[in-house]
Amino acid sequence: MNEIKNNKNATHSPLGVGGKQEFTITVYTENQIGLLNRIAIIFTRRKINIDSLNTSPTEVESVHRFTIVINETEEVVHKLCRQIEKQVEVLKAYYNTNEELVWQEMALYKVPTDVIAEKVKVERLLREKGARVVVIRKDYTVFETSGHREEIDTLTKTLEPFGLIEFVRTARIAIIKDSKGFHEKLKEFEESQPPEELVENEFLNKQDEVFSM
Amino acid sequence: METLELEKEKIAKTKTENISGSEAVMRALIAEEVETIFGYPGGAIMPIYDALYDHHDQLDHILVRHEQGAIHAAQGFARTSGKTGVVFATSGPGATNLVTGLADAMIDSTPVVCITGQVFAHLLGTDAFQETDVINITTPVTKWNYQVTDATEIPSALAKAFYIAASGRPGPVLIDITKNAQIQKFDFAGYKKSDHIRSYRPKPIIRKEYIEEAAKLINEAKRPFVIFGQGIILGNAEKEFKQFIEKGGLPAAWTILGLSALSTEHPLNVGMLGMHGNYGPNVLTNECDVLIAIGMRFDDRVTGRLDKYAKQAKIIHLDIDPAEIDKNVKTTVPVWGDCKETLPLLTELITKKTHTEWLQKFKDYKKEEEEICINKEMHPSTEEMSMAEVIDVLNELTNGDAVIVTDVGQHQMVACRYAKFNQSKSNVTSGGLGTMGFALPAAIGAKFGAPERTVIAIAGDGGIQMTIQELGTIMQSDVDVKILILNNHFLGMVRQWQELFNDKRYSFVNITSPNYVQVAKGYNIDGQSVSDRKNLKAALETMLNHKGAYLLEVIVGKENNVFPMVPQGCSVAEIRLK
Repeated sequence: MNEIKNNKNATHSPLGVGGKQEFTITVYTENQIGLLNRIAIIFTRRKINIDSLNTSPTEVESVHRFTIVINETEEVVHKLCRQIEKQVEVLKAYYNTNEELVWQEMALYKVPTDVIAEKVKVERLLREKGARVVVIRKDYTVFETSGHREEIDTLTKTLEPFGLIEFVRTARIAIIKDSKGFHEKLKEFEESQPPEELVENEFLNKQDEVFSM
Repeated sequence: METLELEKEKIAKTKTENISGSEAVMRALIAEEVETIFGYPGGAIMPIYDALYDHHDQLDHILVRHEQGAIHAAQGFARTSGKTGVVFATSGPGATNLVTGLADAMIDSTPVVCITGQVFAHLLGTDAFQETDVINITTPVTKWNYQVTDATEIPSALAKAFYIAASGRPGPVLIDITKNAQIQKFDFAGYKKSDHIRSYRPKPIIRKEYIEEAAKLINEAKRPFVIFGQGIILGNAEKEFKQFIEKGGLPAAWTILGLSALSTEHPLNVGMLGMHGNYGPNVLTNECDVLIAIGMRFDDRVTGRLDKYAKQAKIIHLDIDPAEIDKNVKTTVPVWGDCKETLPLLTELITKKTHTEWLQKFKDYKKEEEEICINKEMHPSTEEMSMAEVIDVLNELTNGDAVIVTDVGQHQMVACRYAKFNQSKSNVTSGGLGTMGFALPAAIGAKFGAPERTVIAIAGDGGIQMTIQELGTIMQSDVDVKILILNNHFLGMVRQWQELFNDKRYSFVNITSPNYVQVAKGYNIDGQSVSDRKNLKAALETMLNHKGAYLLEVIVGKENNVFPMVPQGCSVAEIRLK
């Protein structure tokens, strides 16, 4: 019955070795409904938390980009990328460490206008952080700023005592420093193989006009 | 003259026909050379069934008794025929009943295309009658899925579905078609099979330098060992594989899904890998110097404890799916690609060898296993029959020519360990998912996939009761399937674990059975039950010689265990013979 005792020691997998760190996964995909779910499932199935996720069109028409930030070991990230690339509608998946990227997040702050007007400290603060005014109203002012997560976090903390009404931040967007070649390839690829059209459901708001069983 | 011809072609190309979405589905199936569909009708798929009514001479439809039966049948069909299985089901419960089969086909890489009906597009998201979000439910268990809301999408969606299901590493695809799209008329410009999707790479590019490196490792190896899986069968590379191991004199062991890719009688076939595999292949995995894995994915039931798995060996992994490389076991040389193409390249570069001494080691271990374990199983001294002796007699009668479809549990392990196979695509079983209830419906499909062959479904008394309703399908469609129930009055595999690891605390493994012969009789299927050894051979003969379906129940020992066994959490070298 020795084997049963061994059982308990054997639960750790070799995946665990090597330290966790922040990785940014960049995925180039077709524009397809349901693909977001397919990609998300690859993380959730393994109980991996997605720290930040951004999807947007790319410079190449019809190709979309997912920028996903997770905190994991490189080995796990490597396997995740292979699983992502395996999806039919995924063109390519890369992963990079923070050093290999130029990245930004953006944030909007809503602060009472009287505080800005009266308290010089706030004004200086915003200037130092390079915040820009988006809207000024009698009751509140909206600032925007962009930067790394830590920079945004410190500004949020500093503003907190001055009656910060609301704060919103975007997901990370990132550019791979060394991606010139891929951009060219992507453009060539798009020219040689035009995409299929995306068909959305055009009947959703026609319930009243159709009788059906 | 020439211009005239060209113009004619142009006209032919642009000529369209106004047909319904359902009719387009039929055209697609016919163009894909589908002959058999397994399905069950319902509200949301009625237009498709209406169109099927006009094509029943070209498209054979098998009415099952439960949608799970339909998809398992389609899997069985795919596994014996090598073609894509096709399933029809309605929305809601019809579609959710497919989920187990989809998961099974996904993990066992079986090409299946499921077409499900869906509520009208304008009702999507309104909790309409029999509406479920089938696309999102099935996303993790399909290679690809797609919802069609407009009839014009049908030809291209189905073309993609068939292409994706069968190409590269095969898998299940589900196409959900809303009822309005089935009814809608559109200008159909003909069906064009798909052979390319821009974002999809079914086969990785073969890299010569890795083939060379792999060949070098094999040529330098003193104790090379090949382990192979279903990739050989899926790639139709049985011949290429045989040439490879014969030239290199390489002993080869199989995973449960690789079984029958190489004749079980081949001198280089050293047996089964994994938890209930043979002694030699498991122990020697940890003694070989080069391990060559072909079309297999290092499942935990094969590797046992990973940190003690083949650590001494250099590992070459041939696989069509790049995501499999380094997933569980770190490889020294990855050989990406279809093994039908990579194996001949490798064979060319390896030197002819025999490795007699090394092979002898496998034989020695085999002898030991026979003495301690196999002989006792084949010729038990008890009055109770063993599962192994039933398989042994079956081998004698079929000569290894039958298709054997197994369920999940002890009988599955025993059947795979002892059944003899002469030809490929003969072993159908639920390996990755371990789906109880798989055997009976899968055998129905297997018979349609290989109508000229004898198909035997072997199931335990637990599994057979999970899908026993499919006897109705066998009755209605006259399917010539032999059903062999090995009844030990227990959920045997769980009982075995409870005996070994839970101090014999038999928690809910005692299962009662109906009178199977009488149940079969109710379905107009002949059968008998035997509990005495002296009647076994005659009963099996009766079953095999019977015209049409037949059910044979064999009462076997209640508390027999399957050995050898690699207990969970142990290394393959720690395999126990008793």
